[in-house]
Amino acid sequence: MTHTVKRDRMLVGGFALAVLTMPVWMTPLGAGYPDLLQRFAIYGIFAIGFNILFGLTGYLSFGHAVFLGVGSYAAVWSFKLLSMNVLPAVLCAMGVSGLFALAIGYISLRRSGIYFSILTLAFAQMAYNLAYSVLTPITNGETGLKIERVDPRLIDTWLSGPSTLIPSTNFFGMPMSGYSGFFFCAVLLIAAFYVALRIARSPFGAMLRAIKSNQNRLNYAGVHTRPYALTAFVISGIFAGLAGGLLAATDPLAGAERMQWTASGEVVLMTILGGVGTQLGPFVGAVIIKYAENIFSAFNPQTLHGIFAFLPDPIEDVVVTVTGLFVGNGWQLTLGTLFMLLVIFLPGGVIEGARRLGVLIGRKTAALRGRRSQPLGSALPASGAASE
Amino acid sequence: MALLQVKMVNKSFSGLTALNNVNLDVEEGSVHAIIGPNGAGKSTLLNCFVGRLTPDTGTVLFNGKSLIGLPPHRINQEGVVRVFQTPEIFADLSLYENVMIPTLARRDGHFALNAWSRADAQIKVREKVEHILDDVGLADARHVLAGTLSRGDKRRLELAMCLVQDPKLLLLDEPTAGMSRADTERTIELLKRIGERRITKIIIEHDMQVVFSLATRISVLAQGTVIAEGDPAAIKGDARVQEAYLGGAQF
Repeated sequence: MTHTVKRDRMLVGGFALAVLTMPVWMTPLGAGYPDLLQRFAIYGIFAIGFNILFGLTGYLSFGHAVFLGVGSYAAVWSFKLLSMNVLPAVLCAMGVSGLFALAIGYISLRRSGIYFSILTLAFAQMAYNLAYSVLTPITNGETGLKIERVDPRLIDTWLSGPSTLIPSTNFFGMPMSGYSGFFFCAVLLIAAFYVALRIARSPFGAMLRAIKSNQNRLNYAGVHTRPYALTAFVISGIFAGLAGGLLAATDPLAGAERMQWTASGEVVLMTILGGVGTQLGPFVGAVIIKYAENIFSAFNPQTLHGIFAFLPDPIEDVVVTVTGLFVGNGWQLTLGTLFMLLVIFLPGGVIEGARRLGVLIGRKTAALRGRRSQPLGSALPASGAASE
Repeated sequence: MALLQVKMVNKSFSGLTALNNVNLDVEEGSVHAIIGPNGAGKSTLLNCFVGRLTPDTGTVLFNGKSLIGLPPHRINQEGVVRVFQTPEIFADLSLYENVMIPTLARRDGHFALNAWSRADAQIKVREKVEHILDDVGLADARHVLAGTLSRGDKRRLELAMCLVQDPKLLLLDEPTAGMSRADTERTIELLKRIGERRITKIIIEHDMQVVFSLATRISVLAQGTVIAEGDPAAIKGDARVQEAYLGGAQF
């Protein structure tokens, strides 16, 4: 097989190195601050989990934000009732969202294709509306669920007595704001990446790929496909719950808008943009989208005028008006354009683009080397191509 | 007792009778060909064995156990394995993975949560897959995507996927349909080699050369009814068969 153990170890090692050094190499790109880096890591986890269902198994869920939202609510409740330590919060988030995924997946997976997508979308909208209105006692409706001074925090109170002010979230004393929060998320991202890789290389992962490829054949090969698909659904739900829990851990409030269909759509975009079914793609897509959201939405007419100041005034005004549509509140227009271009010209996503570029460069250098060595190696004209 | 016992099976589609009181006994170790003109109900009958269709009435017993109402994956786990008329393979997986998946399915049963070990590190599975791929002559292409194969090679791949499961009963639905003469010859040769493993087989086939070179027993189906059954020599000389097939002309 082509995926050797050694190559996978290098992949995980390289990924870990790249993620942990993000504060360094993201700074020149204008993204070297903890808030944004945290979001890269968190949405990376979300997208990696989503890819197990969508990329591997071929089931396109349009309601995955439910699990993100449920994870956030569960985590905030853990802060309120148990402790400001993020460990129980994250575990609660994963457990509760896993249960939700089991229930929603059990029903939705009775259908496949577009009907499955519609069912998940319907569940997501139901969950959103429930959280927004009916379940106000649990979700605090449109205000969102917050931690308060009067919360019981049973474990914290038991360990160190009641506190008079609102403590902040922490991991055994390590605060969840700033860089320590980022590194906490980054370690979990690397763990999530590793788990997803193990799953993809396992016999279980092979079954998931077979489901995507030809479910009928798999049935006649003696495999009961539904429990496989349901397990994939639950695993990806738990990943989403972890991401939701981390969102609450770094910023302890949870609102219904986290479950809205736009949030479900966003993770689909991330996965496709990066490369469906690839190991690195979902994280790359998550970074690109969160980066674009942050950078392009921060632009305003003043900054644009600054950028295009070298143009003659009338032209500058036209250019600023046009480009102004694509930034600020309209940053999604940029994202949409980018997404369309990518799907049309590079359906494999960014990772596929990088691979093609690699092949192209490899061929160019091979050709160069071949030309240089021609006087010596003309008796073996195909040696360059063969060694490639 | 016959390995597969089919008794009084009836199946009709919105009033149109496809199978009419079909009786069939397939003995262990035999190669049982089912022949008959188009629309005789051959594929319908096969579909009743693997759980794709449920007969309206009648019984299908395999090893004394009823197959009726069982889903396809359960029937497969019983040891009844089917090769499809149009090759059903995992087009965007490699040949190796195509054969590995049924091998794992046989080893682990219809569901196993085997998510932490490496699929390519299962030595026994690997040996089995390599051996079968070698057997059908596709070992050199093990890393090729299955979708890129020629039709004949896809057939052989699917055969490998079925053989690797060590079936007790192998159902072959027109294994040489649409193949060139040379490919047909190779397939016959391959099926004969499988015959040495003493796998009980049911073959649906139009090509009489294939039928008479492989079958140890032949049932002739016409308009949903078995009109004749016997060894190849008896069937060759049966007047009713020639009537049903070629309007009286010789094979």
